[in-house]
Amino acid sequence: MRNWIYILIMTAVTFGIRVLPMTVFKKPIKNAFIQSFLYYVPYVTIAVMTFPAIIHATNSPVSGAIALVVGIVAAWLGAGLFPVAVISCAVVFIAEFFV
Amino acid sequence: MKYSLRNKENRSIFRRGIIDGIPIGLGYLAVSFSLGVAAKSAGITPLQGFFASLLCNTSTGEHAVFTLMGITAAFAEVALITLIANARYLLMSFALSQRTDPKMSFFHRLGVAFYITDEIFAISIAQNGYINPLYTYGAALMASPCWAAGTAIGILAGSILPDRAVSALSVALYGMFVAIIIPPSKKDKKVLTAVLVSFAASFVTGILPVVSQISEGTRTIILTVVISALAALLFPRKTESGGEK
Repeated sequence: MRNWIYILIMTAVTFGIRVLPMTVFKKPIKNAFIQSFLYYVPYVTIAVMTFPAIIHATNSPVSGAIALVVGIVAAWLGAGLFPVAVISCAVVFIAEFFV
Repeated sequence: MKYSLRNKENRSIFRRGIIDGIPIGLGYLAVSFSLGVAAKSAGITPLQGFFASLLCNTSTGEHAVFTLMGITAAFAEVALITLIANARYLLMSFALSQRTDPKMSFFHRLGVAFYITDEIFAISIAQNGYINPLYTYGAALMASPCWAAGTAIGILAGSILPDRAVSALSVALYGMFVAIIIPPSKKDKKVLTAVLVSFAASFVTGILPVVSQISEGTRTIILTVVISALAALLFPRKTESGGEK
């Protein structure tokens, strides 16, 4: 039951964030600080959530760390979301034969 | 009705949305499977995972909330982490609203807003002129069920799959996260700096004696607000139109 309440809260907040600018605040943001802040937020959150969590997600921290490095290199060289996700999985699967 | 499917041109736009949504859906299937594997370890049922994904369509938000659900966090903490993890959709919604016909009805605005994800936003805003909600709906029709089904399958199969396969699949989501943050880091050294500082700060606060006792969700919120505010102060962005992705 408690889980459904969590899901309800997440749904309401997520929908609110997506809908408010489209429906209510139709004017562009002018404040430079808020604009800059909002620009950095997604990258910072995702970075914080990725490391060190990725090395705890796998059976061995070493394989997670290798997957992170290989994923960064692949993305740097231009691989998209899906290829990077697949490459990371493959790296862990192979690395865990050895570690 | 302006966006009626009786109109031939609208039908072709809707169809184009469906076609463009297919590769997105396939990608979602793989990533949401990995999300499901993580949800399974937090004690979430397949039905809960299915509806959470169908209603929220957000990898970062759901991942953060599932983690909190596993440790029965406070409701306020869940609301706050959802807000932080999904704050980028606020920006995307602003950007889309700048490209929306002022006459577009309230319900179509709700409909388009509901399906703002990184990928659907990107292909919607890449269309010429005013956005057509039917294009977004077409893409969402393909992508959204994949996202929901993948999560449920991940929760179901997480217990059937061998341990090693689960270990490998559990990094798919992080792989996708990396693929989201690296391209802008490559283009913009300021983003790269923010990302590297985030990695370091997240690592350090995870092992420091007192700070590491704070829950992971709260630490994510605090780090995000502090680092983003510092970045905004030190490296302000030139104000232009809200067309930033």
